[in-house]
Amino acid sequence: MIQLAGLLAWLLHAGLVALAAPALTGFTRKLRANLQGRRGPPLLQTWRDLIRLWRKETVLADNASPVSEVAPLVIFAASATAALLVPSFALGLSTAATSDLLLITGLFALCRAATALAAMDAGTWFGGIGISRESLLSFFAEPALLLVFFTLALVAGSTNLDHIADVLRTGALGLRVSLGLGLAAAISVGLTTLGRLPIGNPSTHLELAMLHESMTLEFSGRSLALIEAGAQLRFFTWLALLATIFIPFGIAPAGDILDWPRGLLTFGAKMLLLTCALCFFEACVARMRIFRVPELLGIALMLALLAVLFLFVSQGYT
Amino acid sequence: MLLVLLAILAALVGIGVAEAALPQLGRLLRTTAALICAAGLVAVALDLVLALPAETLQLPFGPPGVGLTLALDGLSGFFLLVVFISSGAALFAARDEPLAGAPLIPVFVAGMVITLLAGDGFTLFLGFETMSAASWLLILSHGLPLAAAKAGRLYMTMAIAGALTLLGAMAVGFGVGGDFAAWRAAPPTGLRAAAFLFLVLAGAGSKAGLPPLHGWLPIAHPAAPAPVSAMMSGAMTKVALYVIVRLLFDLAGPNPPLWWGVPLLIMGSLGALLGAARANFETDIKAVLASSTIENIGVIAVALGLALTARAAHLPLLASLALGAALLHVLGHGINKTLMFLVAGAVDHQAGSRRLDRLGGLIHFMPVTAVCAIAGAASLAALPPMVGFASIWMVFQSLLTAPRLGSFVLQMLIPIVALLLAGGGALALSAMLRLIGVTFLGRPRAVRTAGAHETRLPISLLFVGLAAASAVFGLLPGLALRLASPALQILTGTDLSGRAGWFGVGTQATGGAYYGALPIAAILAAIVAAVWLLLRRHPALSRRARAWDCGYAAPPPFLPFGDTTTQYGAASLSEPLGRTLGVPLFDWQMATSIPEPGETRPARFGVVWYDPVLRFLHAPVLRARDWLADRAELIQRLTIRRTLAMMVAALVALLVIVAILEQS
Repeated sequence: MIQLAGLLAWLLHAGLVALAAPALTGFTRKLRANLQGRRGPPLLQTWRDLIRLWRKETVLADNASPVSEVAPLVIFAASATAALLVPSFALGLSTAATSDLLLITGLFALCRAATALAAMDAGTWFGGIGISRESLLSFFAEPALLLVFFTLALVAGSTNLDHIADVLRTGALGLRVSLGLGLAAAISVGLTTLGRLPIGNPSTHLELAMLHESMTLEFSGRSLALIEAGAQLRFFTWLALLATIFIPFGIAPAGDILDWPRGLLTFGAKMLLLTCALCFFEACVARMRIFRVPELLGIALMLALLAVLFLFVSQGYT
Repeated sequence: MLLVLLAILAALVGIGVAEAALPQLGRLLRTTAALICAAGLVAVALDLVLALPAETLQLPFGPPGVGLTLALDGLSGFFLLVVFISSGAALFAARDEPLAGAPLIPVFVAGMVITLLAGDGFTLFLGFETMSAASWLLILSHGLPLAAAKAGRLYMTMAIAGALTLLGAMAVGFGVGGDFAAWRAAPPTGLRAAAFLFLVLAGAGSKAGLPPLHGWLPIAHPAAPAPVSAMMSGAMTKVALYVIVRLLFDLAGPNPPLWWGVPLLIMGSLGALLGAARANFETDIKAVLASSTIENIGVIAVALGLALTARAAHLPLLASLALGAALLHVLGHGINKTLMFLVAGAVDHQAGSRRLDRLGGLIHFMPVTAVCAIAGAASLAALPPMVGFASIWMVFQSLLTAPRLGSFVLQMLIPIVALLLAGGGALALSAMLRLIGVTFLGRPRAVRTAGAHETRLPISLLFVGLAAASAVFGLLPGLALRLASPALQILTGTDLSGRAGWFGVGTQATGGAYYGALPIAAILAAIVAAVWLLLRRHPALSRRARAWDCGYAAPPPFLPFGDTTTQYGAASLSEPLGRTLGVPLFDWQMATSIPEPGETRPARFGVVWYDPVLRFLHAPVLRARDWLADRAELIQRLTIRRTLAMMVAALVALLVIVAILEQS
C-alpha cells in the first residue's frame, strides 16, 4: 500500500516537475522584469517558446558530428533524472532510496560534460569561451558543494536526500550555525552553476556576460528546445533542493494521501519565497568580472569549511 | 591454479625469447601472447569467483638460502585480473606495430605477473626490477633517440632510486630471507615500523606516481610506444599499488598504528589535485593521460589510507567499503587508461601527431574510436553511469562516513582530503573535456588530420570491448566487487556482501546512502528513448548550413577547415585555469612577443609553465646519479696495481662483514 502511494506520489511529482519547471522560469523572468520597471513576458511565454522551438526547423552546422544530435538528449535526460530524484511535496517517493546527493551532483556533471562537448562540436570560438570559464568556476564550486554535503552527512548520517530531509524536518535540531553557513555556500554554488547574477546573466547574449548561453549558440529548433527544457529543469531542481534541505517544513509523507494537498501548498509557498528572494537579489546586484568570481566562490568554500568545523566543535570530537 | 599461472608465466617468457629469435613471426607471437593473457584472465576470474583457497609454491631453483616462492591469494588474484586485461589488450593492439623492442613486451608482462605472484621478498624484488628494466628498455627503443634517452634517463634514475628504497624498506621491516608467511608472523614495530612505512611509500609510491615523486610520469610514460604506455599507466602503476597494499596491509600485521593511513591520505589527495591540474596544461595527448593517472592513483591512495585507518580503528565495515572503493577504482582505471592510451596510439598513427594543437575533428574520420574515447573519458571523469563514478561515489561515501575516526587532527584532515579530492574531480572533468573536445570535435587544426581513417576492425572491436567493460562494471559494480571479495576478506575480515548487489552499492546493508547504478541508468535510458521516439514519430525539418559562428564571414576557399586560429585550442581552453590555478602551482605565464613596427617577424603568443616537482625534487636526484656515475668512471681508469689493491681491499672488507655477522 505504502509502495503504491509512493509510486502515485512519484507520478504526481513527475507531473508537477514537467508542468512547473518551465512555468517557474517564466515566473522568474516576469518578476525580475517587474522589479526592474519593465512589463516582462507573459507567464506562459516559456511554454510557448518550447512549443515554437519544437515545431521549428533544426539547423545543424556543416561539420557537426552526431555529438551535436545526441548531446541535447543527454542534457535533457540527465536534468530530468535529477529533477525526478529531488523530492518536492512528499517524502518517501519510489525513487527515495536512490535519491543521493552525490548522484545528483554526478548527473549535473553529466549535463556540464554534454553541454561542453556539444559546444566544441561545431568548432566555433564562442563555445570555447564558455567551457574555459566554466572549468575555472567548477574547480571552486564543486569542492564547496561537497563540503556542504559533508555538513549534511554529518548532521543526518547519510547523503540520502530523503533521509536528510526527514532528519532535518523531524529532529529537534534548532537553528544550526553550520546549516546557515552551508546555506550561504550552497546558494553561491547554485548561482554559479545556474549562471545567474552576479556570476552570469541568463537574459543577455553579450559575450562578456555569458557563461552557459555561449555554449548553446549553434543550436536551434528541437535541439535548442531540449537544451532549454534541461536548463529549466535544473533551475527547478536547484530551488527544490534548497527548499527540501534548508526549509524542510511541511513536507507530506507519501503514505498519507490526505496530507498531500498541504504538502503541495507548502511546497508552492517555499518555491515562491525562494524565487522572490532570487529575483529581488538579482534586481539589486550587477554582474561580476569573471576573474572576481573565484573570490566569491573562495568565500563560499571557506564558509562550507567553517560549517564542517563548527559541527565538529559543537558535537565534540571523539 | 598457481601451476596454470606458472605455465602462463613460462609461456610469456618463451614468447619473448621466440620473438627475439624470429622477429618475422612477431604478429603471430604477439597474438598468441594476447591469447595467453586472455587465458590467464579467465583462470584468475574463475579462481576469484570460486574463492579458491590461497596457494603457495616453492620453486626448486633460485638463489641459495633464499629460494623462490610463489603465492596466489585473493589480493594478488584481483590485481592479476587488471594486469591481464591491460596487457592482453595492449599486446593485441601491438600486433601490427613494427616495434623495435617487441621481445621485451612479454617479458615486461611476465615481470608484473612475477611481482604479483611473489611469495617472498626476493621474488617480489626480482619481478619489480624485471618490470622496471623491461619498460626502461622499451622507452629507449622508441621514438627520437635524444628524447627517448632523456625520458629513459629520468625513468631509470627514478626506478633505481625507488628500487633501492624498496629494498631498504624490506630489509628494515623484515630483514633478509624468509618468505611472506614468516614475515607476516613477525611484523616490524616501533621506530622500525615507521621507517618501513615511509620507505615503502617512497619506493613503491615513486613507481605508482604518488607525490612528491610523481613528476616523471607525464614525461616517461608518453615516451614509450602506445601499447607499452597503456601497460605502464594501466597495469604497472597498479602493480606498484599492489606492493604497497601487500606490504602495508598484509605483511605489516593486522594492527598497525592509527596514523599509518595519514601519509597515504595526504599524498593521495595532493596527487589527485596536482595530477588533475597538470592534465589541464599538458598539450600532448599521452602526457594528459599520464597526468590523469597521477590523479587516479591519488584517489586510490586516499581510499587505501582510509581503509588502513579504519581497520586500525576496528571499523571493519568502513575499512571494507574504502578498500572495495580502491579496488573498484583500480579495475576501472586499469580498463579505461589502457583504452585511452591505445586510442592515443591510434590517433598518433592515423593523424600523424599526438599534439593537441595539430588535431581536431577526428570524430568524422574515426567515429568508432571517438565514441569509445568519449566513453573512456567519461569514466575517467567520473560521470554516471560509468565505472569511474561508482568507485568515486564509494570513495566519497567512505570519506563522508569516516569523520568519527581517531583524534581531532585526523577528523579535520578528512574534510580537507575530501575538499582536495573534489577539486581534483572537477579538474579531471575539465581535462577530459579538453582532451576529447580538442582531439575529436571541432575542425581539424592541421591538414594532415584529414588523412586519418578508422582503425582496422579488430582494433576497433578491442576499443568497443574495453569501453563496454567499463560500462558493464559501471552498471553492475556489484559484479566487480564480487571479484574483489576474497581480497577484502583477507585484508579486512569482511566483504561487501549485503551492501553491493546487482542493482547498486550501499554504505550499509539497510538504510544509509545507496547508489542504484542500474535503476538510474534505466531512468536515463527510458527518458532518452522516449524523447528519441517522439523525435522519430514527428520528424521536423532539419538541414545543414554553415556554422553560425556569431555571424562572422565565411572563410576563404583556400582555408578548407576555416581559420584554424579562431578555434579554441589546448592552451586557450585552460587559460582561465592557468591564470588562477596555474600561477601558484606551475608558475604559469603567458609568453608573448610582439614585433616592433618595421620588424618582419610574426607576433607570437603562447604559454610557458613547469612542474616545480621536476625542478626541485627530480633534478637533485638526477644530479646525484650523474655525480655517482662520474665517481664510478674513475674505477675504470685505475692502474693495474691500484685495481689489484682495490680487489684485495674489497675482499677483506667482505670478510670483516661476514666475521661480524657470524659473531652476532
